[in-house]
Amino acid sequence: MAATVTPEAVEKTVVEALPQFGVDESQISRDATFEALDVDSLDLAELSQIIEDEYGVQLKGDDVGKIKTVGDAIDLVVSRAG
Amino acid sequence: MARPDDATALVTGASKGIGAAIAKALAADGWQVAVNYRSDEDGAKATVKAIEEAGGTAKAFQSDVSNGAPDELFKQIEDELGPVIALVNNAGVAADGLAIQMDDDQWDTVIGTNLTAAFRLTRRAMRPMIKARYGRIVNIASVVGPRANAGQSNYAAAKAGLIGMTKTVAAEVARRGVTVNAVAPGFIETDMTKDIPEAVIDAIPARRVGAPDDVAAAVRFLASDDAGYVTGTILFVDGGMSA
Repeated sequence: MAATVTPEAVEKTVVEALPQFGVDESQISRDATFEALDVDSLDLAELSQIIEDEYGVQLKGDDVGKIKTVGDAIDLVVSRAG
Repeated sequence: MARPDDATALVTGASKGIGAAIAKALAADGWQVAVNYRSDEDGAKATVKAIEEAGGTAKAFQSDVSNGAPDELFKQIEDELGPVIALVNNAGVAADGLAIQMDDDQWDTVIGTNLTAAFRLTRRAMRPMIKARYGRIVNIASVVGPRANAGQSNYAAAKAGLIGMTKTVAAEVARRGVTVNAVAPGFIETDMTKDIPEAVIDAIPARRVGAPDDVAAAVRFLASDDAGYVTGTILFVDGGMSA
């Protein structure tokens, strides 16, 4: 059963997932860009997979191409679930 | 990095020939093996039995991999054996004919099974591999593709495509500990190649056809911990044909 999608829950999932891609936790904020965090396309694909497993929300390659910041990613997942 | 304990290898088209030999070789190397077959249940059972008698673990899984929905197959294997950490895309078909006379169905069938199905299985298989930071994908290509073989434009296109896919996917996932390689057999003695004319054998530098075990040994190596730094490569097992 997929977890309920709330902005807070998705933010927590994303913030907890990013350090496994080598991101320094202190650098993570809604406004931080994935580029600045050194999160690349494969990392984003893996993050999408984590989100899909957790919330049942599928993000495609096209979607992932559009998101620039941590906040964009969270908002996209929340809007998809709605 | 070492292979996870419950690691399972999925070999498609493993009821006979090269696929069966690969399944046995991987089992002998400590992999739990998912023996996939489309219609030859007896063959798949015989492969499983041979593995079990040799002290290995294997199970047969029926699925037509060309149907485009590998998720169910993976879930079944994950439930009954363990996560698929090695995938051997071996299932293949041939439908020969000169290009000028080849109908759409011959083209689509061969591309669909030999290339598209391999891609879809690869895409699905990479998910647990990326998570595990360990994975092995071995695509069974062919000397046909890199070189010509009149009457096999569909097969050559599919196998050349498989080689292109191997290299690019390898580059995409290398830093997650997932390797993607291809083995390109030459003439190997199987049902698919039983009527090879003498002149063809004379053109092979080794002057003989290969055995399924020759191909299986190459796959076993590429799937092993020892091959962790080998990725995106094409290993020819062809008695020197491509030399």
